[in-house]
Amino acid sequence: MVAFKATSAKVFGLKDNKSFLPYLLLIPGLLWLALFFIVPIFSLGQMSTKVPGAQTGQFVQGYRFTNYVDAFNASTEQFLRSFLYGILATIIALAIAYPLAYAIAFKSGRFKNILLVLVVAPFFVSFLLRTVAWKQILGEEGPVVSVLRALHLISDTTSITSSAFAVVTGLAYNFLPFMTLPLYASLERIDPRTLEAAGDLYANGFTTFRKVTVPLSMPGVVAGTLLTFIPAAGDYINAAILGSPSNKMLGNVIEARFFKIVDYPAAAALSFTLMAAILVLVTIYIRKAGTEELL
Amino acid sequence: MAVDASTSARGDLILKNLTKSYGDFNAVDDLSLEIPKGSFFALLGPSGCGKTTTLRMVAGLEEPTSGSIFVGETDITDMKPYRRPVNTVFQNYALFPHLTIYENIAFGLRRRGISEAEVKTAVDKVLNLIELPQLATRKPNQLSGGQQQRIAVARAIVNRPALLLLDEPLGALDLKLRRQMQIELKWIQTEIGITFVHVTHDQEEAMTMADTIAVMNKGKIEQMGTPEELYDSPKTSFVANFLGQSNLIPGEVSGNDGDNLIVDLFGTKVAVPKARSSAVGKSVLVGVRPEKFRIAAEGKSTHGNVLTGGVVSDVSYIGVSTQYQVEMPSGKEIMVFEQNDDDEEMLRKGAKVVLSWEPTFTFALDGSENAAAGSH
Repeated sequence: MVAFKATSAKVFGLKDNKSFLPYLLLIPGLLWLALFFIVPIFSLGQMSTKVPGAQTGQFVQGYRFTNYVDAFNASTEQFLRSFLYGILATIIALAIAYPLAYAIAFKSGRFKNILLVLVVAPFFVSFLLRTVAWKQILGEEGPVVSVLRALHLISDTTSITSSAFAVVTGLAYNFLPFMTLPLYASLERIDPRTLEAAGDLYANGFTTFRKVTVPLSMPGVVAGTLLTFIPAAGDYINAAILGSPSNKMLGNVIEARFFKIVDYPAAAALSFTLMAAILVLVTIYIRKAGTEELL
Repeated sequence: MAVDASTSARGDLILKNLTKSYGDFNAVDDLSLEIPKGSFFALLGPSGCGKTTTLRMVAGLEEPTSGSIFVGETDITDMKPYRRPVNTVFQNYALFPHLTIYENIAFGLRRRGISEAEVKTAVDKVLNLIELPQLATRKPNQLSGGQQQRIAVARAIVNRPALLLLDEPLGALDLKLRRQMQIELKWIQTEIGITFVHVTHDQEEAMTMADTIAVMNKGKIEQMGTPEELYDSPKTSFVANFLGQSNLIPGEVSGNDGDNLIVDLFGTKVAVPKARSSAVGKSVLVGVRPEKFRIAAEGKSTHGNVLTGGVVSDVSYIGVSTQYQVEMPSGKEIMVFEQNDDDEEMLRKGAKVVLSWEPTFTFALDGSENAAAGSH
C-alpha cells in the first residue's frame, strides 16, 4: 500500500497529501465490504465443501466438491424454474415500465414529481406485506378473480393463486420500481431536440421511437433488466407466499436446506452455483447489449 | 392520405397572416412574408420577439393558431414535419449521439428509402463539401463545436430540401469560429442554391450573411430589406437602434427645400432627404449614425448640417476609431465615432466641439416613435 502510494504520487505528479485523500475516503466502504461481503463469501465457500460431523448441525471440512454436483442434481428443476420465472418477470416488468417511464419523462408535465413518488411509494410498505397483499388481490374473493369470472375468461373453479402466474406477476410487481427508475433516468436525459431532429429528417413517430428513443434509452433498459432479473431469480418469498409446491424456486430450496433440513454445505453450494450462473448470464447479456458504446 | 411534399414541393416560402398565441400572448402576430427561392433570408430580433416560433412553425414543430404556410404552390400548414420539404439546423445541433457521423448524415436519406449506393455517394459528397471526410466513423461527442456545427448543416443539406432553416446555428461557437462559419455558411448557400432561413439575434451575423433581413419585434416584422436599406433608411426607432447604433434627436419640420425637409433641432436648422423620412406629422426624430459625424474643435470651418455648442463628456479610444460622447446644450447626449485615419489630435474630455455631417446621411422617423426602443 505504501509502495503503491509512493509510485502513484510520482506517476501522476500529485502532492503526497492530496493523493492520500482518495484512499482515506475508500476506507469505510472497503471495511464494510470486507466485513459483510468478503468474509461471509469466504465462509460460505468453506462451508460448501464440508461434510457432516459427529453431531447434527456440525460440519467438518472434507473438501468434498461433489457437494455441488449432488445439490445441483437434486434441484435442477427449481434451478431452471428460477431463471425462467426471473426472465418472465423481467419481460413483464419491462413491458409495463417502459411506457410508464416514457410517459413520466415526456408527457407528465407538472405531475412528474408526483408520479415519481408514486412509483417509489410501494417501498413504504415491507416487501413481505406487499406480497401478502398481492395474494389477497389474486385470491378467491379478490377483484381480479371476480372480474375474470364475470367475463367468463376463467371458470368458476379455476384459482389463480398458488400458480406460476401468481409467482411471476408477484415478482414483476415487487421489482417494478427497479425497472422504472433507471428507464426513467435514461429517457429523461434524452434531448427532446434530437427527437425533433428525427422528425425533421423524415422519421415518423414510430421510426423516431425505434431509431432514436430506444437506442438512447438502452443504458436504462440494461440497468433496469439487471436490477429486476438478479433479485427476481434469487427470490424465494414470492414463490413461498404466492406459489404451490410445484412452483418452488432455487431460493426456496436454499432456504429449506439452511433452516429446515440443516444441510449447510448443500445450501452453500447451491448459493454459489446460483451466483455463478447469474454472473455468467449477466456478463453475456452486457456484452450482447453493447452498452459500452452508448456511454 | 396526406401528400408527401418532402421532395416535390419547390418554390418561394410564403407565410400568410401567421399567428401563434399562448393564451392572451401573441408570440407571432399576423405575420405575412414572402421569401424568394434561393435567397439567404435572416429573421433578426431580440429574444422573445417570435423569430424562433416562426421558424418552428415552418418546420412543423409548432402548430400555428391561425394563418397558413406555403412552399411554392403547396400548402404545408397542416403537414407533419416529416412530410415537409424543409430541414432544420438546430440550436446546439441535436446530432444523434448514438450514431456515427456517417449515419447521422445518412439518417434522412435512409428514411426516404434511398439505395445504399446513393446514400454513400451523397454522404461522401457532402462530407467533402464541408471538408470533414475523415470524421465519418466518429461519434458526435468526439467532435469539436465547430465540427458538430458543420455536421449539423451537412445532415440537413444532404436531403436537398426546398428550404433550410437555421435556428441560431452559431450561438454556441466562440467569436472567431463564428466569423469563419458565417463565411462558410454563406459559401455553402451559394454553392448549393437552397433557400436559407436564418434566425438570429446577432445583427452583425445577419448583415454578413443575409441578402434580405426581416427585423422582428413583439411578434411582428418591423422592417424588411437588404442590410444596406435597413441600415441607411430605418423606418422605426427599433430598427434604427437594434441594427447598429443611432442618434435620434427630436425636432419639428419647419419647411421645404427641394428634395429636403428642413427640420428645426433646438433652434438649429438641418436638412433631411425627403426620400429617407418616414415621418407623418410635423414632429420628427432626426437620425444620424455615429460614424457619419465629423467632429471638430469649436471655431473650425464646417459644411453640411451643423450642430454647435457640444461639449465632449466621454472619450474611448478603441484602435480603429475613437468614440466620443458629446453633450449638446439641450442636454441630449450624442454618440460620435471618429476614424483614426488622420494625425489630428484626439479631443479631450470637456473640449468644446462642433458636429457636422452630410445631409444625405440623415434619416427621419415619425416623432411618435420611442427614441429608446431596441437600444442595446
